[in-house]
Amino acid sequence: MSEGIGVFGIFFAAIFTSNILLTLYLGTCSFLAVSRQVKTAVGLGFAVIFVMTATSALNWLIYNFLLKPFDLDYLKYIVFIIVIAAFVQIVEMVIERVSETLYTALGIFLPLITVNCAILGVSLFMIIRNYTFSQSVSFGLGSGVGWMIAIIAMAGIREKLANARIPKGLEGAGITLIIAGIMAMAFMGFTGMMGLS
Amino acid sequence: MYLQWIELVYSVLVVCGISTVLAILMVIADATIGNYGKKKLIVNNDKEFEVEGGNTVLTTLKEQGIFIPSACGGRGSCGLCKLKIDEGGGDYLPTELSWITKEEQKDNIRLCCQLKMKNDLKVTVPDELLEIKEYEVKVDKIVDLTHDIKCITFVFQGDDKMEFKAGQFVQLEVPEYELCEETVYRAYSISSVPSENKRFQLQIKYVSNGICTTYVHKHMQEGEIIKMNGPYGDFYLTDTDSELIFMAVGSGMAPIKSILMDMLERGINRKATFLFGAKNTDDLFLVDELKSLEKKLPDFKFVPIISRPEESKDWNGETGRLSEILPKYLKKPENTEAYLCAGERVIISYKQKLMELGIPENKIFYDSFG
Repeated sequence: MSEGIGVFGIFFAAIFTSNILLTLYLGTCSFLAVSRQVKTAVGLGFAVIFVMTATSALNWLIYNFLLKPFDLDYLKYIVFIIVIAAFVQIVEMVIERVSETLYTALGIFLPLITVNCAILGVSLFMIIRNYTFSQSVSFGLGSGVGWMIAIIAMAGIREKLANARIPKGLEGAGITLIIAGIMAMAFMGFTGMMGLS
Repeated sequence: MYLQWIELVYSVLVVCGISTVLAILMVIADATIGNYGKKKLIVNNDKEFEVEGGNTVLTTLKEQGIFIPSACGGRGSCGLCKLKIDEGGGDYLPTELSWITKEEQKDNIRLCCQLKMKNDLKVTVPDELLEIKEYEVKVDKIVDLTHDIKCITFVFQGDDKMEFKAGQFVQLEVPEYELCEETVYRAYSISSVPSENKRFQLQIKYVSNGICTTYVHKHMQEGEIIKMNGPYGDFYLTDTDSELIFMAVGSGMAPIKSILMDMLERGINRKATFLFGAKNTDDLFLVDELKSLEKKLPDFKFVPIISRPEESKDWNGETGRLSEILPKYLKKPENTEAYLCAGERVIISYKQKLMELGIPENKIFYDSFG
């Protein structure tokens, strides 16, 4: 099944046709919360790309060389989460060192990447879909880039939205969810080009 | 059966192994990425300290014995610990911006509980803050002034003494007890005179569930050793000849009593009036002591004012609100300085009234609590 689609195919499919955020709606929590400014969205986007790619590679190795040979499949959830948690900690330290401004702007959502379901989702999808190592890495990278594109697009729209008159009841999360829905429909236009199953 | 055991042992080993590797990785990251190394901190272009990088400027300065006033203890919620950073501050953080105005940004004023020591830093600390030290003092005497205000006398130990100006305040450190899980600091004005520099007095009113006031009223014992730091504040007499009007309610008397006694000792003969407000006669205190100052100071009047007189007790002094009585005692507003000590809202209303009566804003000084 996974042989049919190449490494680049998976990369582009993960960005456009199977965007983890806009078609699967994973990782919406921080997507809604940190999409007020393009600058912070870019920062969080890069953090997610890094964590997703690194953890999908690491988790693939651990799963295929440590868990699978000994039938320890059931351990994958706990092991994947531990790996993700450790990586997020390291990313947090790097960001604090490189840009204190970005660090305080991201605030609590940086450590919360740990429980961002998109990241665990990527690791679990690659297992379910039986990807090879290179496919997994490109899937992780693609999903990260896709997530970043989605949040930057949303942040761009919300920056414009700051000057718009929005009905009282829809301010904040309400209008953001509606926009996310419309964006998801726009991304539906890509389906049919290629597909991940 | 045997295979199940193998599987169990193996699964434990795998989880432990992975956790260990990751833990080692994080320790390495902490020692490399998280380690900022030694940084230089230069205070007032004069003193140079070598300090551990990565901590906030507030804690770093405290470690070097320089105390910056901070009511919230460094959580970024009081906005008091502003300092001018001459070099090495970097960009403003989102957590600072709610406290720093546009003008202050031009002057490189930073909130030093948020700013971290990531580079060598040059900072300007005002001279009066350099005088601030931490002391261990002994609780010498606790006296009830009213049913809810106590006067506490603290004595410095050994060779310690504190030079301060009448009207300034100190911060008491409240140790951990049932109402607070970590040490907290609370500020109180000194009510004794600066000439007695081996001891000082505070007047503390009980506030239900107040962390420090509950400690002082319910737990503090005579003979106890407590930590405090100070002196802080710019609420003291200016060096002019204009007339003085003091206004205070309740425990707000403290700094004004200190100022008046200091005037007596230093022979300052400015015309002065002290309007002191209380709810009823039970809430009044030290009336005789302040009345006696009328005889000692050449031109001083003490006016205790009661807002809710009881019918059962004799009261032939003023009744009403301070701001209603005020016009009667304010003869030359254009040549008068006002010194206020009360809660924040009361201060705002007094200030408004004083300005209506013609005292310029820059001649109104205040010390607000609560």
